[in-house]
Amino acid sequence: MAHQIYPAIADGILGGGVYALMAVGLTLIFGVLDIINVAQGILVIVGGYLSYVLSVHLHIDLFLGLLITIPAMFVLGLVIHTAVIRPLRGSERTSMSLLACFAVAIILEGALYWIFGPNVVTLKASYINSSFALGGFYINDIYVYCFILALVLVAAIYLLLYRSRFGRGVRATMQDATAARLIGIDVNRVAAITFGIGVAVTAAGGMAYGATSGGFNPNSGYDLISRLLAIIILGGLGSIGGALVAAVFMITVESLVDIWSPNWAIVVFYAALVIVLTVRPSGLFGRKAVRAQ
Amino acid sequence: MTSSAVRSPAHRAAGAPGRRTLLTSAGLVVLLAVFAIFPLVYSNPLATTYGFDALIFIAAASAWNIFSGYSGYLSLGHAVFFGSGMYTVAIGAQDWHLTGDAVFALLPLAAVVAAAIAVPVGLVALRVRRHTFVVITIAIFFIFQLMAFNFSFTGGTSGIDAPILNWAPGTYNDPFYYLAMVIAAVTLALSGLIRRSRFGLHLRAIRDDEDRARSLGVRPMRVKLGALVVSALITGLVGGLWYYFIGAVHPQSAFDPLFDLQLALMGFFGGLGTVFGPALGALILEPAQQWLTVQFTNDYLSEILLGAVFLLVILFLPRGVIPTLGERITAWRSRSRDRSVSETTADGGAAPEAAPPDLTAPGTSAGAPASRTAGRREGTPS
Repeated sequence: MAHQIYPAIADGILGGGVYALMAVGLTLIFGVLDIINVAQGILVIVGGYLSYVLSVHLHIDLFLGLLITIPAMFVLGLVIHTAVIRPLRGSERTSMSLLACFAVAIILEGALYWIFGPNVVTLKASYINSSFALGGFYINDIYVYCFILALVLVAAIYLLLYRSRFGRGVRATMQDATAARLIGIDVNRVAAITFGIGVAVTAAGGMAYGATSGGFNPNSGYDLISRLLAIIILGGLGSIGGALVAAVFMITVESLVDIWSPNWAIVVFYAALVIVLTVRPSGLFGRKAVRAQ
Repeated sequence: MTSSAVRSPAHRAAGAPGRRTLLTSAGLVVLLAVFAIFPLVYSNPLATTYGFDALIFIAAASAWNIFSGYSGYLSLGHAVFFGSGMYTVAIGAQDWHLTGDAVFALLPLAAVVAAAIAVPVGLVALRVRRHTFVVITIAIFFIFQLMAFNFSFTGGTSGIDAPILNWAPGTYNDPFYYLAMVIAAVTLALSGLIRRSRFGLHLRAIRDDEDRARSLGVRPMRVKLGALVVSALITGLVGGLWYYFIGAVHPQSAFDPLFDLQLALMGFFGGLGTVFGPALGALILEPAQQWLTVQFTNDYLSEILLGAVFLLVILFLPRGVIPTLGERITAWRSRSRDRSVSETTADGGAAPEAAPPDLTAPGTSAGAPASRTAGRREGTPS
């Protein structure tokens, strides 16, 4: 049994890092804009297809290609924010924004189907199928590379939030948007850039997902977004640390259940979410205020 | 302000029993007659298929609205009830070896099972609000889809085929059509009754401010759960009927995320929380979508268009067709009334509906306050 459990835990932690990166983008957007970007799942897939196009047609290395895809997804995020999120006003803004993001997701999904078709594509590189031995079992190189990538990007976001002037503005807006506006923070600019950053991480997330999951198609967005939503709700909406812990925890649990029954692994995922919320409606690390609103 | 908002429907019902109610009911009778005659005029199976589709979605969108529209809790998981209805009928017909017309006896069972599923779902999901509620409904939806894939009694990926009905091909759709019409009509009537009832008032009080409603004596959990059960009952019934019409059930078609989105789109398009809004949305959007799919023979394009229409509705008609139209009519009426009042009381000071003189100071537009108060008093048409 042990020979299955340790690799499963290792896979869970390494894979959890990638989910943590995507979930941080989602929870950051929620914290600042008070909206849930349900298009995050399909945006990850868009990022995956961008990496695919770059590597297949232009023969650019997957990790090198991120230098192109991350800025591209950042711009796409700014466009979505300007065209769809920012015009929403009024008391129904939060529920409207959720539906607007859903509509964006549907449009993107249809477009991806149209361009790439429903066939599953895989990302290819020399290091994807290589592995190394560690204490009696094998770990894929790509899992480690993607985990390091996720660590670097999460650390970059952390530094941006806690060690820069812009990050102070973001955190002030997360605490109280009205007060932040009153002390002279350009809340609209903060919101736009935060949305852009939240979407930009999907470029790296999509590459990592495509390289580690063994293939994706436009339909994979649903699978991703449902996991990501479960992660950020479990971690407590708007809590970055909570998202990190919840991502690693959930993916590890899924990886462990997968030994026993691959079909039911994902159900355990949602069941854990439902149970946690029944006991603690604000999530593991959530602020009480989130529920009271 | 809250008290006037809460009092307004009863006030209106008592105050204007005459022309408006008469006109509305006459219009409804005519509409029902049009729907009843439709298959006789357009007997082409393609036309009746469009009609059946529209009626199914009128019922489903109105049922969704009874819960989500009135309570303000947006559910993106109603496919759970729709799919449960489909599977209930499918499994029942399979296990009890029902054939032919006899299978229709299972439709009430579909409704009951969906309603029974709504109770635990509601008890878990309704503990949280806003975003978290929406996400929980999505999560529960995925749990059901995965269960349909993984359990053996659902037939897994291959699903379950419906018993074959030996009906004449020419009029095959007609019984489905009329059954759907009855369900849609009953759902709309029920929706109207709920909106006018004390129960509906409680629901809308919860939508406006749940904590205040609780402090005023409303029991939120009981009311929300009641609405969810009623909504699930109808959705399950509709799902059962849909199963026979389609002739098979699969996990993807029974628990389809697009179904959830369509209901929400229809509700928002017509007007969330109005009686006829979601039905109007269904009547316009469902045939339009079917037509586009046939026209372009491209599922992906119709998916993109669905998303685009949804986006345009949210951005430009955020309150829906019926409330926006109602506001325009109210504003136009009060303007013409103002004119007639100011003509008759030429020197009699300010007209009652017009803004008080002190509000017409520079910087405050004179028209806005008047029309806004008028909108608040007479707006939110049913």
